[in-house]
Amino acid sequence: MKSATTIKKNRSRRSLSATDRFTLSAFIGIPTLLQIILLWIPALVTIVLSFTYWNGINISDIRWAGIQNYKNIFFNNPIFYQALKNNGTWLAFFILIATPLGVLLAYQIDRGIKGHAIYESIYYLPVVLSLAVIGIIWNFMFQPGGFVQGLMGRDIGHALSIWGNPHINTWVILGVASWRHIGYVMLLYLSGLKSVDPALKEAAAIDGATEWQIFRKIILPTMQPVNIIILVITLIESLRAFDLVYIIYGSPTVFPLLNLLVFQNFAGQGISMKGAAYAVILLLLCIIPIITYLRVVFKEDLK
Amino acid sequence: MSTGIVQDAKYLNKQKRKDRFISLFIGVFAVVWIFPILWTVWTSLRPYNDIISNGIFSWPRHINLNNYANAIKEMHIGTYLINSLIVTIPAVILTLFFGSLIAFVVTRYKFKFNLWLLLLFTAGNMLPIVLTYIPVFWMFLWIGDLLGNRNLLYNNYGGLILVHVGFQVGFATFVLSSYMKTIPKEISESATIDGANVFRHYWNIILPLLRPALAALSVLMSTWIYNEFFWALVLMSDDSKRPITSALRRLQGQYVTDFNLLAAGAIIAASPTVILFFVLRKQFISGLTLGSTKG
Repeated sequence: MKSATTIKKNRSRRSLSATDRFTLSAFIGIPTLLQIILLWIPALVTIVLSFTYWNGINISDIRWAGIQNYKNIFFNNPIFYQALKNNGTWLAFFILIATPLGVLLAYQIDRGIKGHAIYESIYYLPVVLSLAVIGIIWNFMFQPGGFVQGLMGRDIGHALSIWGNPHINTWVILGVASWRHIGYVMLLYLSGLKSVDPALKEAAAIDGATEWQIFRKIILPTMQPVNIIILVITLIESLRAFDLVYIIYGSPTVFPLLNLLVFQNFAGQGISMKGAAYAVILLLLCIIPIITYLRVVFKEDLK
Repeated sequence: MSTGIVQDAKYLNKQKRKDRFISLFIGVFAVVWIFPILWTVWTSLRPYNDIISNGIFSWPRHINLNNYANAIKEMHIGTYLINSLIVTIPAVILTLFFGSLIAFVVTRYKFKFNLWLLLLFTAGNMLPIVLTYIPVFWMFLWIGDLLGNRNLLYNNYGGLILVHVGFQVGFATFVLSSYMKTIPKEISESATIDGANVFRHYWNIILPLLRPALAALSVLMSTWIYNEFFWALVLMSDDSKRPITSALRRLQGQYVTDFNLLAAGAIIAASPTVILFFVLRKQFISGLTLGSTKG
């Protein structure tokens, strides 16, 4: 904690009283302590643990492993590369398809097309649902006895495997993930669009610019900070993705993702610090987007 | 001049037709969007046997709320729902309280470490949560053993509340501090000249002005914390203490053959956040606006 001597106040001529100093220390100290103990120290401990062997039972059993866990992941673990590939596909799909769709949707709704208020609510609805619920809802679509099976004329006894079919399950999973992501992006963008000066758009329309030109030449450039934030959110969400797949499969074998591999090594039987190493790899991948985000949102303060 | 008007009218007409098409297109997708939810509701109103014997698309013989009654009786959905509230309400209040304290200090006083403090909290909010599972789990056991009660934090509501606060307080700090920057400095100055101490300055002057931001954030935070289910899987060993979203995960395995019952359970679990969203939609959206699009 910073000592009271560093506390100085510029605005008031009177300096802070002892009580005020104590209050301020408590105001800063309690939340910061909680944040450090629950977040930063555990994160550091996990980084250290990633260089050890440990089964997660007795603390005295921890053995130094050097970079063995990482070696193991990089050289003896084909599932790691499958996970990277899946996270990569997820990211590409989100950046190229889901996020732009959310942005375009926001743009149309902001223009006040017919029914925009209802559309806004409907598209946003999936975002307020827990992934535990989303997993169940989409199971009712695809599982034996589900709606899609019914459409294909399959009753419960003669169902096709959709979640288990490696040719299509990637797209089904990405579709369900987009179901949630598009609404989220839409609302974030919509709130940014509200701050674009309507006079700009009107002027362009009077000059005979097409919708597409207005969107590309006026909206996108004015929304620059929001664009970056949404890009970063998309990146981080794609890297961290796993809840949905965990809910559907319960294990990483069918559709491995980095975060799933962490969870698999951390929960249940067979705890291994390979999980910690996976978590660190995930952190390293997230660092650049996190720094980008912080630089954008604290642009003025950092100057 | 008259040709100009004609051209404008032509242009407007074309645009109108285009807009109608776009609206239709988005509308069709909106139906697709909401369909899975409606289908789940529909499923929850039918008995399981009806589907087994008559097929998926059969016209229902019975429409009733039996599945809901059974979900409450057999699945103990009510207990889980109460668990969710026991965790969510204090977690939201504490998160907003702590977040507002830090935001108050960094925006009202000019300390050198302000920016670092803000960065510590905001960056913390973006860390991959899995990074902390194992150490937090062990720390909770260790603290419990140290104080003579293993279940003090582990397998207890208090522990779950604490981790939620720890993870959400970063976002709350960020949002509240950017909101607080818009509150004029003069208000604080006159407060200090009038002799208000730090606590009164925070409690009587700043906090009331924060009300709109706090309302917006509390809706958003309630939804996030209510929906989160991984921490409870890690930290709650007694199933009967788990919040509803975590319990659903187990029920999904247990009631795999009676999915109409499960549908009712899922709808009950989803309803608090959906109702909250529709009732407080404005707060919900402005919460998101305050947080993520500060340019």
